[in-house]
Amino acid sequence: MALTTFEKIVSKRLKLENSYTLEQYLATGGYDGLKKALQMNPEDVSAEVMDASLLGRGGAGFPAGRKWSMLKPSPVRYLVVNGDESEPATFKDHELVERDPHQIIEGTLIASYALGARQAFIFCRGEFALGLERLEAALNEAYAYGAVGSDIFNSGFSIDLVIHPGAGAYICGEETALLESLEGKRGYPRIKPPYFPAVIGLYGMPTVVNNMETVSNLPWIVLNGGKAFASLGEGSSAGSRLFALSGHVNRPGWYEIEMAKTTFRDLIENPELGGGVRNGRKLKAFIPGGVSAPWFGPDEMDLPLSQDAVAQKGSMLGSGSVVVMDETTCPVRAAWRISKFFSRESCGQCTPCREGSGWIERIMHRIEMGLGREEDIELVLDACDNIAPGLTWPPKQTTICVLGPSIPSSIHSAITMFRDDFLTHIKEGGCSYDGKIN
Amino acid sequence: MTEKLTNEETVTFTLNGEEKTAVKGELIIEACEKNGEFIPRFCYHPRMKPVGMCRMCLVEVSSPRGPSLQPSCYVEIQNGMEVNTQSDPVKKAQDGVLEYLLLNHPLDCPVCDKGGECPLQDQTLSYGPGESRFIEEKRHFLKPLKISSLVELDRERCIQCGRCIRFAKEISGEAEIDFAGRGEDTEVAIFPGKEFDSYFSLNTVQICPVGALTAVPYRFKSRPWDLEQIESTCQFCAVQCKLSVQSSQNEILRTLGIDSDAVNQSWLCDRGRFGFEAIYSSNRVNSPKIKKDGEFIDVSWPEAVEEVARALSVAKIANGPDSIGFIGGARLNNEGAYAFSKLAKGVIGTDNVDAQLSDGIDPNLIFGLRRATINDLDQAEIVVTLCGDLREELPVLFLRLRTLVANEALLLAEFSIGETPLSQYAAFRRSLVPGKVQNLLEELKDSFLSSFGRDDFEQKDGGIVFVVGNPGIGIDGLEIEHSIRALAKSFPNAKFLPALRRGNIFGALDMGLSPGLLPGRVTLKSHGSFFGDKWVCVPEKVGKNTKEMLQSVIDGTMDTLILLGSDPISDFPDKNLVLKAFEKAKNIICVESIMNESTKYAQVILPASMDHERAGTVTNLEGRVTHAGDKVTASGASFDDWVIASLISAELGDDLGFNSREDIGSEICSFAPAYRSTEKYFISGNDFGDGVVVPIAQVPVSIRARKSDPIEVPGLSSIERQGSPIRSGNSLPSSVAKVGSESQISFDNSMFDLNSTVSYKLLEEKRESSFYLVLEKSLYDNGTLLRESKSFENSARESYFKLNPVLLAELGVNEGDMITVSKESVKVKGRVVADSLVSVAVVVASWNQNSADSRELISLDNVNIVEVER
Amino acid sequence: MTHLSAELVEKCKKVVELYPSKRSALIPLCHIAQGQNGWLTPEAIEDVASLVGVSPAEVRGTASFYDMFHLEPVGKHVIAMCTNIACMLAGAYELLEHAQEKLGVSPGGTTTDKEFTLEESECLAGCDKAPCIQVNHRFFGPMDNASFDTLLADLKSGKLADVVPPHGVLIRIDREHKRKVNYEAIDAERVEIDAAIKERKLKLEAANNATVGKDS
Repeated sequence: MALTTFEKIVSKRLKLENSYTLEQYLATGGYDGLKKALQMNPEDVSAEVMDASLLGRGGAGFPAGRKWSMLKPSPVRYLVVNGDESEPATFKDHELVERDPHQIIEGTLIASYALGARQAFIFCRGEFALGLERLEAALNEAYAYGAVGSDIFNSGFSIDLVIHPGAGAYICGEETALLESLEGKRGYPRIKPPYFPAVIGLYGMPTVVNNMETVSNLPWIVLNGGKAFASLGEGSSAGSRLFALSGHVNRPGWYEIEMAKTTFRDLIENPELGGGVRNGRKLKAFIPGGVSAPWFGPDEMDLPLSQDAVAQKGSMLGSGSVVVMDETTCPVRAAWRISKFFSRESCGQCTPCREGSGWIERIMHRIEMGLGREEDIELVLDACDNIAPGLTWPPKQTTICVLGPSIPSSIHSAITMFRDDFLTHIKEGGCSYDGKIN
Repeated sequence: MTEKLTNEETVTFTLNGEEKTAVKGELIIEACEKNGEFIPRFCYHPRMKPVGMCRMCLVEVSSPRGPSLQPSCYVEIQNGMEVNTQSDPVKKAQDGVLEYLLLNHPLDCPVCDKGGECPLQDQTLSYGPGESRFIEEKRHFLKPLKISSLVELDRERCIQCGRCIRFAKEISGEAEIDFAGRGEDTEVAIFPGKEFDSYFSLNTVQICPVGALTAVPYRFKSRPWDLEQIESTCQFCAVQCKLSVQSSQNEILRTLGIDSDAVNQSWLCDRGRFGFEAIYSSNRVNSPKIKKDGEFIDVSWPEAVEEVARALSVAKIANGPDSIGFIGGARLNNEGAYAFSKLAKGVIGTDNVDAQLSDGIDPNLIFGLRRATINDLDQAEIVVTLCGDLREELPVLFLRLRTLVANEALLLAEFSIGETPLSQYAAFRRSLVPGKVQNLLEELKDSFLSSFGRDDFEQKDGGIVFVVGNPGIGIDGLEIEHSIRALAKSFPNAKFLPALRRGNIFGALDMGLSPGLLPGRVTLKSHGSFFGDKWVCVPEKVGKNTKEMLQSVIDGTMDTLILLGSDPISDFPDKNLVLKAFEKAKNIICVESIMNESTKYAQVILPASMDHERAGTVTNLEGRVTHAGDKVTASGASFDDWVIASLISAELGDDLGFNSREDIGSEICSFAPAYRSTEKYFISGNDFGDGVVVPIAQVPVSIRARKSDPIEVPGLSSIERQGSPIRSGNSLPSSVAKVGSESQISFDNSMFDLNSTVSYKLLEEKRESSFYLVLEKSLYDNGTLLRESKSFENSARESYFKLNPVLLAELGVNEGDMITVSKESVKVKGRVVADSLVSVAVVVASWNQNSADSRELISLDNVNIVEVER
Repeated sequence: MTHLSAELVEKCKKVVELYPSKRSALIPLCHIAQGQNGWLTPEAIEDVASLVGVSPAEVRGTASFYDMFHLEPVGKHVIAMCTNIACMLAGAYELLEHAQEKLGVSPGGTTTDKEFTLEESECLAGCDKAPCIQVNHRFFGPMDNASFDTLLADLKSGKLADVVPPHGVLIRIDREHKRKVNYEAIDAERVEIDAAIKERKLKLEAANNATVGKDS
């Protein structure tokens, strides 16, 4: 497929000088979306978002308009913007917050207006120190400009916005854990039902949690209309989206791409995008949407970057981060490292995930170090099965949240696709890829 | 039936293919259990909010997208729900969870306190895989970690169920333990250097589903299969929690809380749990003693009783029966109290009998009030406290009230001397000042209740519950009584829970151990002739209370005192008055278990058996009569109180007529009006359950289902095997409930006229620079029973004075500094504690703590106005 | 307050006011408190506890859940080296090995001069610059052994002091605006707005139903 050209939506300022200042923002049409929205009825703003078929950009890909419509009516409701980007290999929000914080603020205000939020919070990953500083500076500018606070642009609409720094816990990207964390507690996911944020959210009040990239699309959608947005992409995968490409490619980085119109092959090989597998090597496998997603092999290269197409093949587009592994990659080591990540990030609430993640990591490590036993392959799969019964996709779960059932994804993929590599590790007592990394 | 019950809707669901019914709103785990299907669990506790963390209770539940595994402790049962607890996915999940839990759990069961009664052990056997596939090294920790002076934590055994943490936060409101770390490294932790300083810390040990938390006094002491147990009642305070007393080789080793829905709902305070240690005090009175030449010598019972009878006879003949007085009685059980009541009033003929030490409330007032039950708090919309700090005085009642208030189930109005743990939740509160109590209560009506703009809770039966007691020594008791009478008149539909603290004080009062009263909540005036027919005699006139008796001894109009398990020197507010009286008294006879300050003045000491050594009934602050059993034999030559009373009576020439405690029970039930129809509770081996509230109610009372779960009270099932079955329910076992019809004897308390006015002396106005002194009681002090319990011997604090911070600034002192509080020539030093809720007109002093004794400053004869200096 | 400077306490109080519930400020306050000593001292935790109205055990328990809070002393510069998938594929483990040799400590360790603490971290969202590292949460990458050595030297010499503040200092920009919105007033208004929206929706639905009725 050829690469489509279109006016960039969320990334248009990212490469400009001083893109994070109010001056530059206003010079490039900043806050026009908010001004327009404030002239509209709140429900008309929501209608535009519904028309846009904007999918949530956090990972689950739930339509933002529908999420909004599920918000339980209540005098007090909250909006929380999820910028706790921690899914390995995902770095789009990191770029947005450092390079275009005003766009996030504007999007947040538009959503707050549409939802009638009493207060809005931008939960930004704590490790983004520069991003937090730029966001805080932008908020100060926005208050001074009259875009936030009481009686915004003389519209009668008032709202306060708080930037809330995270403190380093992957699980807080899960929306209910994020709310717990925002309430000053340990980031333990809540049980759904009954704790659907739209019904019982922040401080027990109905709450919408939207991803940072999701709200960054709102100024454009309000200005250009939901239909204009939906005219990009195809089917349920409407609009454009930031994809984060990393691993063994010549040009790792973020790329705003029209959804569904482009394939993984384009993303990885197009000279304007990934520029091909590094050092001219062959592709061994790639992860289509963050480490929670099952892996794809070279056969899936021509799949379009569409939520449904990827789901049909048994994985997910997730957070839009693609990791490329070339032929020198040890799949055991890659799967082990991912299992180590989950083990370190399990919140510790549910027994299967708390205890299972650590055990699985130890078994994987044993195999990688050449100390595995043949039965360890079935053992690790059975341990995975006790967290995600049946190892199906999408997974079933014995845990409260989906972190647990994400653990098996890479392990199951690696064993299914590269069982021989596992057996070689066990038989030869070591990793046959040692010294050949990169 | 209460509203709650009549409104219960039932739902129908299928359990493993069979149709069953459940109550709407019940959790699946409860619904299944009631239908006979036990679902294994660790984190779920029926008295705490579910968290769904351990994942042991997963069951398959139908949904539009097919069956899915759901935590049965978290999901409510719905009509038409299909629940499967035995399917392959469920079994696989249970296997998985147990294998995971055992990955890092050490297999040190042979040396673990929990071994043999361990839910992890038991449920692994029933639901788990046969063996572990884990070949790695298990987790190790430095062990054990002391989380309080009574609780130790072996972290490697912990399965992170969070029960202890949730108890601390949700039930006791002291979040001094929390999880620390994340994921696999999660552990239960205290803040370094800050212990889990709670009166309730040992509950965490009882609810720990593994051996991670252990009780220091019990650690490595015994194995569960070596323990025998009985269901009994704690007698340390007037709440009277139900507990299981467990012993090995005739020595009590521990007690466990039993889930009595009506009373303690499985919780105990630490003092109640291990206070039995006083039984093993080295100062135990093991033999009758007579003082000869200033030294006590051990004598035989006949010698001692003869000496007592001689002293009583001489006193009676020389100065009349009124020269003899009985002080104390709250440590006796009902049988003992009745026997001594009969001895004093019915044989000797004196009415100088008082179980209270001039720090309580007139029983004539208590008996006239509409009494509330503890469960009435659950139904109340507003609770008003006019009493001391409940956490210090009636700890488990505090737990119930705190949980309700913290969950916003009711509104609290608090009247207290200073800050209490409930103050933070109070919707309305006022700090009490001596002489101004009544004014403050008027504010309750004007400023608080009127703000609701409605009076339906005033009309509703029990819509308001008043918890009334003595808020502190130094406020005239008559002033409090006057205020309570005013409340009762203003709120005719309100109920009252009297907050007297001593163990069986309500039993003692009910048995007539108070001037002017006779057994069964009746007066000398109303029932004097009735008892005169049954007993040898009855007193001719209303007698004296403790304070008046002490004064009479000093005046010379009385000369003989019998102390019934009472130590006035340590326990009476005006210590100097006691000392003067004791020095003057001709005869002091102590019926006592442990040597104390007052026994030093005795001519004769008669050894009495203690709680858990004697069987009988006790009555709590609700008026609930329950059974308290004898688990071990009495120490040395100790006798039960009723035996001692009988011996003395016989020696005086009149047989009390009791050959067994059941004889007393049947006499109480026939003679004491409020105790009619309670015969079965006085007979050993009967089904006592949670006992019965007397007088037996005119209307049937709700019987709520017991929330008991097999992993909650280890060994509970074996209580049943011992013939003392556990019963759920508010007050009436089914057989008695039938009596609750119109033919029910209705006890008439109209003889206690609430309209009778009491006059209290208005306080002398203090000068600008001086303060009213008020003493507050603490759960831990230097009282005999605590001092003689190994676990609590050092629990008393340094004496302190609480002042409003504004005064601290004026005085130029900081919190922690020493100040001197003086009255005339008496000076007492203590540490300063800032309490912004204490009135600026008041100084609060500690009671019976270490070093200085603030009681030196108290005189019941005049107003306690003190000066404060640096 | 026993430990935090008066200036920081003031800052903390302003942050507390931003939230509808005091406890929400717990994490921001821990960040501010960590800025004072580079780690969360027990005394700082007690101060935070009294500012947000929970027990010190809860503040410590909550803080210990999060990787960014250090409950033990750390060096002036905390070097977090990502070894997660994207960085691993770019040689992060080899770089980590080099760093360990260079600094003479393993992950979790602090150099004897208290200059550096080395950490192996999870993904830092700098995968386009793999292998990437953070020093006191400021990004550097892609790194190789040589650039790592240069970075250490620059950090030590103070050349990067503007870019990399001492550990614990996270956000050097203070919020300038207090909470402006009077909730009570807007809540009352909100009820009216909600009623109006509901009414409009009902009308719309009624209109739709009417049309549907006509079609069929």
